[in-house]
Amino acid sequence: MRIVLFAAVAISLLGFVPAKTQAAGEVVLEEQEWSFDGPFGRFDRQQLQRGFQVYREVCSSCHGLDYIAFRNLQEIGYSEDQTKVLASEYTIEECCDDQGDIFDRPAIPADYYPNPYPNAQFARASNNGALPPDLSLMTKARPGGPDYMYNLIIGYEEPPTEMAEEMMVGMYYNTVFEGNQIAMAQQLFDDLIEYSDGTPATSDQMARDVSAFLHWAAEPKLEVRKQTGVRVLLFTFIFTVLAYLLKRRIWADVEH
Amino acid sequence: MSTEKGWGMRAFDWFEERLPIVSFIDNSVGSKYPAPKNLNYFWNFGALAGLVLVIMIVTGILLAMSYTPHVDHAFQSVERIMRDVNSGWLLRYMHANGASFFFIVVYIHIFRGLYYGSYKSPREVLWWLGIIIMLLMMATAFMGYVLPWGQMSFWGATVITNLFSAVPLIGDKIVTLLWGGFSVDNATLNRFFALHYLLPFVLVGVVVLHIWALHIPGSNNPVGIDAAPQDKIPFHPYYTVKDMFGVGVFLLAYFTVVFWFPNIMGHTDNYIPANPLSTPAHIVPEWYFLPFYAILRSIDDKLTGVILMFGSILILFVLPWLDTSRVRSASFRPIYKVLFWVFLIDCVVLTWCGAQVAEGLPLILSRVGTFWYFFHFLVLLPVIGWIETPKPLPISISTPVVAKPAE
Ligand code: HEC
Ligand code: HEM
Repeated sequence: MRIVLFAAVAISLLGFVPAKTQAAGEVVLEEQEWSFDGPFGRFDRQQLQRGFQVYREVCSSCHGLDYIAFRNLQEIGYSEDQTKVLASEYTIEECCDDQGDIFDRPAIPADYYPNPYPNAQFARASNNGALPPDLSLMTKARPGGPDYMYNLIIGYEEPPTEMAEEMMVGMYYNTVFEGNQIAMAQQLFDDLIEYSDGTPATSDQMARDVSAFLHWAAEPKLEVRKQTGVRVLLFTFIFTVLAYLLKRRIWADVEH
Repeated sequence: MSTEKGWGMRAFDWFEERLPIVSFIDNSVGSKYPAPKNLNYFWNFGALAGLVLVIMIVTGILLAMSYTPHVDHAFQSVERIMRDVNSGWLLRYMHANGASFFFIVVYIHIFRGLYYGSYKSPREVLWWLGIIIMLLMMATAFMGYVLPWGQMSFWGATVITNLFSAVPLIGDKIVTLLWGGFSVDNATLNRFFALHYLLPFVLVGVVVLHIWALHIPGSNNPVGIDAAPQDKIPFHPYYTVKDMFGVGVFLLAYFTVVFWFPNIMGHTDNYIPANPLSTPAHIVPEWYFLPFYAILRSIDDKLTGVILMFGSILILFVLPWLDTSRVRSASFRPIYKVLFWVFLIDCVVLTWCGAQVAEGLPLILSRVGTFWYFFHFLVLLPVIGWIETPKPLPISISTPVVAKPAE
């Protein structure tokens, strides 16, 4: 009886898991091996820096990264001075000086990454009516996370014949985007950028790096979360074993 | 050694004479509260629910210190909690997943009650209080889910509050009242936050009543017959230590999700800031509402759907009288035992249906499932009670040998 009931509970718990995956639709994502997968997963700082380079040199002309401040880049291995230099390349509009005028100043590490467009209307107007979404939470906002991101960026093809007719003007065929028509043109081509660490910049490599970087941007506390988890779980496990032994001992005199 | 009491003991006695709080606790969940000795692990879930409630209140209050209930800042303030508040990510993940685990624990607790007939005389009021707890939990969780102001927060709130417009005559008035305006907006977010802060404390009050009502007849047990005094053991240390072990096992599961799969029970759309101009393709409530959502959508007529949905919970209030059998435990009720499992499967099927688009097979299944849900309570339970021959009940818990057949 007990086992059956436990099994039933387990099955009923499984019951709601598929609810999450259904939104991914029929598209099969080609899953990548990420350094941050698994119970002890960690970010690969080198990869994150490469990914940041891709974001900065390619994606940042259209996509914002609202939740990342320059100071946060120290978490992926840049020194304080490097972030200062990096920030100073951007200008921030500040309100206001003593005369009440808006003025420009160089960004400092505490500033957030500036958005490429002043507002959403402007962004749409510059992109054929489509809004390039902010990327700082993107991997958590799509089923499949970094795998979706990777597949999306390299998922450009000629539309299959039965779709070719339907393609709207200014739309591109993409294998994983919902509806297969995306307003973002293919962005990555081999050797589009030159990696500062010398890694060959194939489009595959860049897609993987920028996806890893954006996953860090979405979940910057992933490492400390998993590390804390290991310690907490170990402690809880010992607690549970001791509680069990104590329970056996105390119940030894009860017939049941 | 002298038998004279030490100063510590004397101070303790002095205080207890004036406010006997320690004896009160000892009488409630301590060595002076006798419990049947044959309780199985399903009796751990009440204590676990209490633990989760405490976790929710502690993490919730800490979150509230950094949360901003305003449509322009709510989403961002939650992200700031995740990124910039010390251990904010932990608080937030514990709170969000705590809600799911709260429902897992309470649903198991309720099915335990259904299997062992814990709702029957003399525990009807205890059972009612339990249902009130479940309703309060649902209201609290629903409003909490609105607070991060993501796409699902907004659209879930819109869909659910709109249900009340089905109420004849005053429907629209109710909806306006819930919204505090003419759409889900800042006023809605503010009142939901106020209520989300309040209801858990109301919940604590009802939990106290629930435990009070439990102490009048004492715990039911897997055999379902009244436990004789010689079959009872003091709650402390026996059940306190057993609960401690249960807490350990529970925390292992809970922490595994919090630290490794913190978003598995959430919806990805809720990481997109709320946008009143863009409706998500599928609006799905949190998993713990799915069976009720399936019942709601099983009927085309909105009002009927709403009535059935609320009815599916309210019907539990009269369950003690719908079940006409006087034997409590399903172990001695061959037909009811089968029905119990069918009913459990029915609930799982409805949960699955609630997550699907309401058409084709899922729609047919939710109709069948809804029918069975009510058929189970309204027809089967009353009838089975009359026609079923229960197995002979033991005379006492410690007499497994069956002496005489049950009446
Ligand atoms: C020329 C401007 C432009 C550049 C550069 C650009 N994008 Fe986009 N991106 C867009 C637009 C426009 C959309 C909206 C597409 C739509 O809704 O159809 C978009 C959408 C997206 C989406 C969302 C897809 C979804 O599921 O909704 C992702 C992810 C994305 N881009 C990633 C990137 C990455 C990574 C880069 C850099 C390698 C990049 N983009 C560079 C314009 C751009
Ligand atoms: C019965 C107990 C409670 C339940 C079931 C509950 C449930 C929830 C849920 C489901 C969420 C949404 C989580 C998310 O997806 O992010 C939430 C958020 C929140 N809750 Fe609670 N809650 C409870 C108690 C409390 C208490 C006592 C407080 C104290 C004020 C509180 C404060 C908050 C705050 C500030 C948020 C928004 C932050 C966030 O979304 O993470 N909660 N709650």
